Amino acid sequence: MLLRSLHFTHEEPLPFELKGSLFTLTILHLFQLDRAAIERHLAEKVKQAPGFFNNTPVVIDLENVVESQDGWDFSGLSEALRGYGMVPVGVRNGSAELQAAARLAGFPVLPESRSAGSAKKPDRADPAPARSRIVNQPVRSGQQIYAPDGDLIVVGTISAGAEVIADGNIHVYGALRGRALAGVKGDLEARIFCQSLEAELISIAGRYRISEQIDTSDRCKAVQIHLAGDRLMIDHLTR
Amino acid sequence: MCRLATVIVVTSGKGGVGKTTTSASFATGLAQRGYRTVVIDFDVGLRNLDLIMGCERRVVYDFINVINNEANLNQALIRDKHVENLYILPASQTRDKDALTKDGVERVLGELKQSFEYIVCDSPAGIERGALMALYFADEALVVTNPEVSSVRDSDRILGILASRSRRAEQGDSPVKEHLVLARYAPERAHRGDMLSVEDVLEILGIPLLGVIPESSTVLQSSNAGVPVILEESSDAGAAYGDLVERFLGKELPQRFVTTQKKGFLKRLFGGS
Ligand SMILES: Nc1ncnc2c1ncn2[C@@H]1O[C@H](COP(=O)(O)OP(=O)(O)OP(=O)(O)O)[C@@H](O)[C@H]1O
Ligand SMILES: [Mg+2]
Repeated sequence: MLLRSLHFTHEEPLPFELKGSLFTLTILHLFQLDRAAIERHLAEKVKQAPGFFNNTPVVIDLENVVESQDGWDFSGLSEALRGYGMVPVGVRNGSAELQAAARLAGFPVLPESRSAGSAKKPDRADPAPARSRIVNQPVRSGQQIYAPDGDLIVVGTISAGAEVIADGNIHVYGALRGRALAGVKGDLEARIFCQSLEAELISIAGRYRISEQIDTSDRCKAVQIHLAGDRLMIDHLTR
Repeated sequence: MCRLATVIVVTSGKGGVGKTTTSASFATGLAQRGYRTVVIDFDVGLRNLDLIMGCERRVVYDFINVINNEANLNQALIRDKHVENLYILPASQTRDKDALTKDGVERVLGELKQSFEYIVCDSPAGIERGALMALYFADEALVVTNPEVSSVRDSDRILGILASRSRRAEQGDSPVKEHLVLARYAPERAHRGDMLSVEDVLEILGIPLLGVIPESSTVLQSSNAGVPVILEESSDAGAAYGDLVERFLGKELPQRFVTTQKKGFLKRLFGGS
């Protein structure tokens, strides 16, 4: 995505442009609002690895803070963190009171995300396994079928002009002539299996190939499709 | 009457593929074989079933009048002049499609079921209200396709709608029984690869083939004369519709008009099909 400011004439050089980008940030998961305890721990960490936090941008995650205090001193915390080389750039999660206090101290509140690195232990000992969605009919032109959270299994053909989508894998026991998008929430491990590859489009975790980009030697073959790095790989299934 | 009436929709998605031609001949064929049959024109605003059946000059009331209780069924049904046991319920030429309400269609079909064994619904093209209403109450469907990619694609779309938006689908009953009618088939052109072959179409749609109707100039002639082509028994298309009706009623017959015919010397000399 590229947003160029349109207000400037061509003679004048652009003073800036805006671009979206993704960064990996260190998350500091706070458990208590005890400044003294926080500083003690920080000192210890830095003693173990001096210079480790130099100029490290951090986001303060408040999800696990159970206490809630109006007007807690985020500026103080910010100073302490800077003292150990960290650069706090924002907060996320936490109660409305804490977020208000953070805003007052000049912190942006970042949107919540269900990141994999959450410090919180899962509530349930064993989460329910992801359910598969099974479709026992052909999927016809104009139909769209989505399997949220799990695999999609179609016993039949996916017609040209039909679309099947899954958060997990897609299995087609028939010809795949329409569009198949597996791992649409970003699962890089997701795969597509079909008995005859005649697809209009195949996609895994956003990487896609259109019909034209599918090699003729792969057409009408029983295949599995997976990602290797950023590339969609098509392997023939042999019996 | 102890036999339960069967509602059959003749549908396609794409326009001009032969739905009305098929509805007229299919209904006529069922009636010829002794079944009390009614054929309904769902093409509100573009009625032409009555033209093909040759009863356009006897239309007084129509389907919409019955739905709106402006006339009763006995007033609106037209008795066919060619065969016994056959009635036509014409479409309105003047109303718009919104007049087709689900409740209204259901009520009229319910009344027709009291006195008919087969109710044939001639669907308009497209996937709008008229087409949806024509297929909603169907027990069986004749899906009419021409041997070309766009027509087959549209039929595929209609099959998806039959499987998901018919009353049988919505209520979780056994699915609408699907039959393929491949119309305007020209074996030579399929052979040359100008058109899809029977096998190509079956491979894409994957439903049972009820009949292949050959491309034939007799269809246009008989339409203009207001005589369903099935009554032209000596023509290819008429014979093919005859076979189609027999198969629908359970007979096993081979497809007759799918292979290229070697033209004899005289035919080659004088042309003709
Ligand atoms: N087997 C055939 N051979 C030659 N011409 C045919 C054949 N079947 C239909 N036609 C011609 O194709 C045209 C369209 O046929 P018809 O009106 O039955 O189609 P339709 O699907 O009902 O059309 P619409 O979608 O407009 O309702 C007519 O001119 C008809 O004569
Ligand atoms: Mg028609």
